[in-house]
Amino acid sequence: MARSKAPQPQETMTQSRALQPQEKKELVSKEETTVPVRYFVPTTDIFETEDALTLVMEVPGVGKDAIDITTENDVLKIEAKIDPAKYDGMEPLYTEYNVGHFARSFTLSNKIDQQQISAKLEDGVLTLTLKKVQEAIPRKIAVG
Amino acid sequence: MPMLFDPFEQLRDFQRALDEFRSSAWLGSGVSAGGAYPPINIFRKGDDIVAIVEVPGVRKSDLDIRVERNTLRIAGSKSVEYGDKAAMHRRERSAGRFDRAVTLPINIEADKIKAECRDGILALYLPRAERDKPRAITVS
Repeated sequence: MARSKAPQPQETMTQSRALQPQEKKELVSKEETTVPVRYFVPTTDIFETEDALTLVMEVPGVGKDAIDITTENDVLKIEAKIDPAKYDGMEPLYTEYNVGHFARSFTLSNKIDQQQISAKLEDGVLTLTLKKVQEAIPRKIAVG
Repeated sequence: MPMLFDPFEQLRDFQRALDEFRSSAWLGSGVSAGGAYPPINIFRKGDDIVAIVEVPGVRKSDLDIRVERNTLRIAGSKSVEYGDKAAMHRRERSAGRFDRAVTLPINIEADKIKAECRDGILALYLPRAERDKPRAITVS
């Protein structure tokens, strides 16, 4: 089921609207994995502030040590793995969502300073802050 | 005979098992009141039921979990705020209130319920009520 990608205007995003679950999107990539384990695309918000570009990704069930963030050839690749051992001895009775690792990649523009990427994980939400290079940060020029 | 250990086999089989249960009618119809968020997976571990709920970005203080007899109710709110200096480039995360009830077809020992919320996963351990456990009958 394709979810509409139409951006919601800020004003109608009220907190009182009932939340609907988002079906996990499976990762479809040009390269196949050598092992048939399913990867999912983490729901991501991207926003820009004056000095940085921030990515906020939902990766529930992933611990800090299971996150792999790499940059190579201007591509930022995020891989977040869940711990299948947590489900040992558990027999599914009723399931509404699937469980698996997360992966997503983004091409970085040259506005981003790749040496200054910081990440924070809280409540299953990974926040990546990509600082912009000095030249890309707008500077106010004072009129003398 | 030594088996070749495939570290991904466990996860792969687990994902396949989860998919098979998508169409399971275990909870029956008319059991979920008030919406479908957050998504819940229910497992059996021995005699007990374990409910695993995905609630990324929901603070523990914003969660309201109640159990009444054999109905589990999960309510709360998820907020997604980035401040007014933020210019959105992509918006996929959703925010809002949720209030969901599921009725389990077994009786739970309410006093022994344990709830853990970590890394965006709410895990509820729901032990089966003692009087409900099947008892073996010895034939004299």
